Amino acid sequence: MNIQSVKDLELIKKEYRLKLNLPDTVKVNIGMASCGIAAGARETFNAAKETFADNDSIDICQTGCIGYCEVEPLVEILAKGKPRVMFKKVTSDKIVDIIHGYMDNDFSDKKIKKHILGQIRDPRSLLEEDMANPQEQVDPIEGIPFLEDIPFFKGQVKIALRNCGYMDPDSIEEYFGKQGYIAFLDALHNAKPQEIITAVKESGLRGRGGGGFPTGIKWATCAKHDGQRSIICNADEGDPGAYMDRSILEGDPHSVIEGMLIAGLAIGSSLGFIYVRNEYPLAVKRLVTAIKQATAYGLLGDNIAGTKFCFKIKISTGAGAFVCGESTALMASLEGKVGRPKAKYVHTVEKGFRDQPTNLNNVETYANVPAIILKGAPWYASFGTDNSKGTKAFSLVGKVRNTGLLEVPMGIPLKDIVFSLGEGLPGKKKFKAVQTGGPSGGCIPEALMDTPVDYQQLASVGSIMGSGGMIVMDENTCMVDVARYFLDFLKDESCGQCNPCREGIKQSLDILTAICEGEGKEGDIELLEELGVMIQRFSLCGLGTAAPNPVLTTIKYFREEYESHIRDKKCKAGVCKNLFMYEIDEDACTGCTICAKKCPQNAITGTKKEPHVLDQDKCIKCGICYDACKFDAIVIK
Amino acid sequence: MSNANTQPTGVEEEIHYLELDQMIEKEFNNDKENLIMILQAIQRRYNYLPRPALSYVSEKLSIPYSRIYEVSTFYSTFSLEPRGRNIISICTGTACHVRGADRIKEHIETSLKIKDGETTEDKRYTLESVRCIGCCSLGPVVKINEDMHGRIATDEIKNVLNQYE
Repeated sequence: MNIQSVKDLELIKKEYRLKLNLPDTVKVNIGMASCGIAAGARETFNAAKETFADNDSIDICQTGCIGYCEVEPLVEILAKGKPRVMFKKVTSDKIVDIIHGYMDNDFSDKKIKKHILGQIRDPRSLLEEDMANPQEQVDPIEGIPFLEDIPFFKGQVKIALRNCGYMDPDSIEEYFGKQGYIAFLDALHNAKPQEIITAVKESGLRGRGGGGFPTGIKWATCAKHDGQRSIICNADEGDPGAYMDRSILEGDPHSVIEGMLIAGLAIGSSLGFIYVRNEYPLAVKRLVTAIKQATAYGLLGDNIAGTKFCFKIKISTGAGAFVCGESTALMASLEGKVGRPKAKYVHTVEKGFRDQPTNLNNVETYANVPAIILKGAPWYASFGTDNSKGTKAFSLVGKVRNTGLLEVPMGIPLKDIVFSLGEGLPGKKKFKAVQTGGPSGGCIPEALMDTPVDYQQLASVGSIMGSGGMIVMDENTCMVDVARYFLDFLKDESCGQCNPCREGIKQSLDILTAICEGEGKEGDIELLEELGVMIQRFSLCGLGTAAPNPVLTTIKYFREEYESHIRDKKCKAGVCKNLFMYEIDEDACTGCTICAKKCPQNAITGTKKEPHVLDQDKCIKCGICYDACKFDAIVIK
Repeated sequence: MSNANTQPTGVEEEIHYLELDQMIEKEFNNDKENLIMILQAIQRRYNYLPRPALSYVSEKLSIPYSRIYEVSTFYSTFSLEPRGRNIISICTGTACHVRGADRIKEHIETSLKIKDGETTEDKRYTLESVRCIGCCSLGPVVKINEDMHGRIATDEIKNVLNQYE
C-alpha cells in the first residue's frame, strides 16, 4: 500500500495505538536491544514464546531498550484496564511466573515482587499529547512506585529516545502508532524547504555527534550549493563508552529514516546514506528491515506520496576505524577508500561525498528532527540553555550504580546525572572523575561537578560534549592510566598522514607508558603538556586536535597522581602493576579462605578463621582476591 | 593501523570463484564504492581475506591490488591471515577498561598462550581486542563469535571458553 497523505496514516495509527496501549490480549514487551540480549533477553523471549505458544490471550513482543541497562532483561506487561508494570532482571527462568503473577494480579509474592521495577503512569511520548492517557482510568497498584519517580527516570525528558523500549522496532505500523512519518508527510505536502530549514534553525538543534555545529545552518549552507546533494547519517558511533546511536537504531530506526527524509526534502536531495558500524549487527539488521518497510509503503523510493520528491537510502557498513567518524574520512570510506581526513579548505556541504554538496548529521540529530517538525521549534527550544537547546542522550557507564542510557534537558548539572539519576557509585568507593566526550574529551573532577552539561560549559572545563559517553571513575581508576589508555586508542586510530598527530601521540604515549611502568622522570609532565599543545595546534583533523584532551585535563586536575607515579613510584589506585602491591590487612582478615581458593597462583595461604598470608613473589596482581574479599582485607600499598 | 598488517598469506585457500563473481555483480552491482562491503562479505565467507580472492576482486572491479591491500590493512576488521574457529573479541572500550578489561585480556592471553591478534595452534581460538561494542553497561564484555558475555569475571573465563569447540 502506498501512503499518500497524513489522512492515510491516521487509520493505521489509530489501529496500532490501540494495539500498543489497549491491547485485547495480555501484551508482554521484552527489551531486545543488544544490551538486553547480552543480559539474556533472547532466552527470556524464547521461554515465554514456548510456554504460551497455544495461548491466544498472551502476546509476546519485542521492543528496544528503555535505557535502564543495569537491571536488564527488562520486561513490561500490560493489558486493557490494568496497570502497566515494568519488571527487571527477568531471566528465562523467571518470565513464566511473572506473567502468571501479572495475570492473577498477584504482586505481593516475594518471587515476583523483587522483579518489579515500577508501574507506568503515562505511556505516551511527548509527541502523543493528541491522545488521552490510556492509563488515566486505571487504578494503580498500591505499594509499587511509578517508573517516572524512580531515580534513574526522574528528570529525564525523552525526545530522541521517545520510542525506544515502547514499540517493536521491526514494525513500521507501530511507528505509525507512535506518530511516525506524520511530520514528514505534513512537511512534504505543506511546507516549503526554506520553512523546514528555518524551523530547524530556530529550534537551536546542534549536531549531536560531538561537533555541536548548528544543524539548521548546515542544512541551509548545503541547500545553497548546486550539484547532486547527498544526505548522510553518521552511525559510526566510535567513542568507546557511548552507545546512544546503537540504542536508537535498534529501538527506533524509523525515527532516523524520517529525519533523513525531512533533511532530503529541506535540502533538495534524493540520495541518502547510512554509514553504520559493522560492530552493530543488530542495528544493521533493523535498519534493513525498516528501509524495506518504508519502501513498501511508498515512503522511500520514487515519487513519494504522489509528489516529485524521490529519496532512497543505502546502508554502508564501516570496518572498524575510529577516524571514520570524521566527516571527510567517512565520506572517503563511503566511496570505498581508506578513511583519511582531508583538510577542510572547502567544506563538505559544498564539496563532500563524490565531490558534491553533502549534508552529514549523526543518528541522534536526525532522530530529533521529526519531533521538531511535529511540535514546532519553540517547543524544542523551550528545553535546554541559551546556547544548547533541547535534550541530549547520554550513556552513563563505568563505576556507577545505575548504568544505562538516559536523556535529559541540556543544562542539567553533571552531578545530577551521576548522583541523582545514576545514584552515585556502587559500594563504598569514592568518586574520582567523570569522563565525557570519548577519546577527544576530558576528565572532570569532583570540584567541577556543578558544571551544567552544555556545549560551552563543558568546553570551558577542558572537556567536550562529544557524542554523549559519560564514564564514571572511582578511587580504583588511575588517571595516568586513563590518559595512557586513550592515547593508546588514538595511536591505533590515527590515520597517520599528518606528523603532529601520528608522532605526537606516539611520543606522548611512550612517556605515559614509562610513567605507568615506574620509569617516569622529572620533566615528563611538562613535556607532555608541551607536546599536547603542539598536537592541538597543528593536527589536520578533529581527531588530532582533540587527542591531547584526556592527557591535558588529567594533568590539570590530577597532577598529584602523575607526581606520585613519577616521584614516589606509587599508583594509589592499584592499576599500574609495577607501582603497587596487594597486602592482607591482618586485622580485617577473617580467614574466610575465599581469596586463597580463588588465587590462580596459589599465592595466598592460611588456615581457616585466621589471617591469611600473601606471597609477594608469587603474586601476579591479577586482582581476583581484591575483588573477591568481602571484608576489605586485601589492601593496595 | 590495524592488527592485520602482515603480508597476505601464501596458503592456498579453495576459492569459489563463480560465487564470488555473482556476489560482486548481484549484491554489490560491480560498484567500486562497495569495496569495503565486498571485503566484509569475503571475510564472512572465508573467515579472513584470502589473497586469491583479493586478486580476483582487483581484476573484476579494476581496482589496483595495492589499493585493495591498503584498504584491507587500514580497517581493523580485516584479517589477511586465517583465523581460528572461534573469535574471541574482548571489548577494550573505556567502560570495560575501567572495569578491568585489561585483566580479563591478560588472563585469556596467559591461559591460551596467545597474544592479541593471534590464533591458537590448534586453530580453536583467535583473540582480538575491539574498541567498544556498545554494551557498556555490562562491562567488562567479551564477545565470542556472536555471543555476548557481560559482566565477566576473571575466574569465569575458563568455563566460558570451554563452551566453544
